[in-house]
Amino acid sequence: MEAFLHQIFSGLAAGGIYASVALALVMIYTATHHINFAQGEMAMFATFIGWALIEWGGLNFWVAFLLTIVIAFCGGFAIERIVLRPLHDKPVLSIIIAFIGLLVIFNALAGWIFGFTIKAFPSPFPTSPPFGNRFLNWHEIGTVGITVVVLLLLFAFFRLTPLGLAMRAAAFNPESARLVGIRVGLMLALGWGLAAAIGSVAGMLVAHVVYLDPNMMAGILLYGFASALLGGIDNPGGAVVGGFIVGVAENVLGAYVIGTELKLSVALVLIIGVLLVKPAGLFGRRIVTRV
Amino acid sequence: MAKLLDVKGLRAGYGQTEVLHGLTFELEQGGITTILGANGAGKTTTLRAICGMVRVAGDIVFAGQAIAGKATEDIVRLGVAHVPDGRGTFVQLTTEENVRLGAYVRSDKGQVAADLDRVYHYFPRLKERRMQQAGTLSGGEQQMLAISRALMLSPKLLLLDEPSFGLAPLIVQEIYRILRDINTKEKVSMLLVEQNANIALGIADHAYLLETGNIVMSGTSDVIKNDETIRKSYLGY
Repeated sequence: MEAFLHQIFSGLAAGGIYASVALALVMIYTATHHINFAQGEMAMFATFIGWALIEWGGLNFWVAFLLTIVIAFCGGFAIERIVLRPLHDKPVLSIIIAFIGLLVIFNALAGWIFGFTIKAFPSPFPTSPPFGNRFLNWHEIGTVGITVVVLLLLFAFFRLTPLGLAMRAAAFNPESARLVGIRVGLMLALGWGLAAAIGSVAGMLVAHVVYLDPNMMAGILLYGFASALLGGIDNPGGAVVGGFIVGVAENVLGAYVIGTELKLSVALVLIIGVLLVKPAGLFGRRIVTRV
Repeated sequence: MAKLLDVKGLRAGYGQTEVLHGLTFELEQGGITTILGANGAGKTTTLRAICGMVRVAGDIVFAGQAIAGKATEDIVRLGVAHVPDGRGTFVQLTTEENVRLGAYVRSDKGQVAADLDRVYHYFPRLKERRMQQAGTLSGGEQQMLAISRALMLSPKLLLLDEPSFGLAPLIVQEIYRILRDINTKEKVSMLLVEQNANIALGIADHAYLLETGNIVMSGTSDVIKNDETIRKSYLGY
């Protein structure tokens, strides 16, 4: 029973990571209707920056953590301005090629700068078993805690601040947003910055578990994508719920039903299943076009 | 009276197709001017051209500043509010969020709060539906919402794109009564585009007649109202 509870809790910890990645995908999707395939590699690269700040720069974990979030935000902002902005009126295929280009560039750049060897990423949490319980560990508890805090902060930002409202308005209806004076292009770049920042948090939390290397986010992006689809690709709250569901399902199924080797196929089956049965996801809006 | 808006030789279009072939018109400070015309005459394009939503050639001077070619966001900041074709509702947001967005560029928080009350005073129905998702409002309510959002800018000029479109006659009357109030009490100038010539000439002091991208007639509303061609083709009696 305790082992089962541990699987559930590990699932929640992983789910927090997937929820963050899914949220980053959904944020860019709602604003542009594009899936950023490079989201995972951007997060991986940010995690390497965090690693370098700690290992090469000798910074305290939390200082490096916050600094990395800021750097990731600026990076995401700059990528939108430099790479995506000139493409905004180009066909969707050009944009997808740009995403794939970014993916390859960040992957190669990370290996080139930081090396391809697998690295250990430190955890800021104590290693002793919490509450004398050997089925839990502090890193998982910390991961759930941090993701929940990040999600609440984001929720508050979008619901309660004028800038958050303006960003939502720009995503929902760019033309009307311009008519009230919102600088829609700037909001888009801010959205990219936020998505990159969220991704960097997910990367730094998961790197302790999966170890840091240039390919570490490949599987996680897939889970994140499955989570976003399950929750509804245009619904941020749904993406978060989807993340936790996928995390728990993947862990429990992996431990008791299909074995760890086939865990990643859970994500693929979910993606195909959702697209076949309920393309709008659990909480997504069905888009009906009037003609 | 001073000119608030002075347009000379305005050309605009979409892609290769030119829709406006050189319009010249003006709007006096505090006045209501209407542009009448049939479907496809270029009425909506004229308004879109003024606030920078289509590519333009020619001169547009608003309150002494040349605004042709400027970005929509910057023209809005000068005090031009647009009640667009199709109402432009943010359907996923609440009614109040929609209204508040109208004041996005303003920094005078206290005055914004007062303006919110004022707008709700004009349209009490919106206040009742403050927390409702705006996409669920009726057509008339969404038209009121669009006007409210525009008023929250505290604009010098209100561009109105067929506020009567698709609405029941009683609602149209109510909306026009409020527009007249806003014009007389708050001195907001208006450029009104309408297919419904009767109601537009009832509220406007000047009128222009637009036909396939050219202005074919202009004058005070009284003159236009009594012109025989207009009466036959647009007023229907």
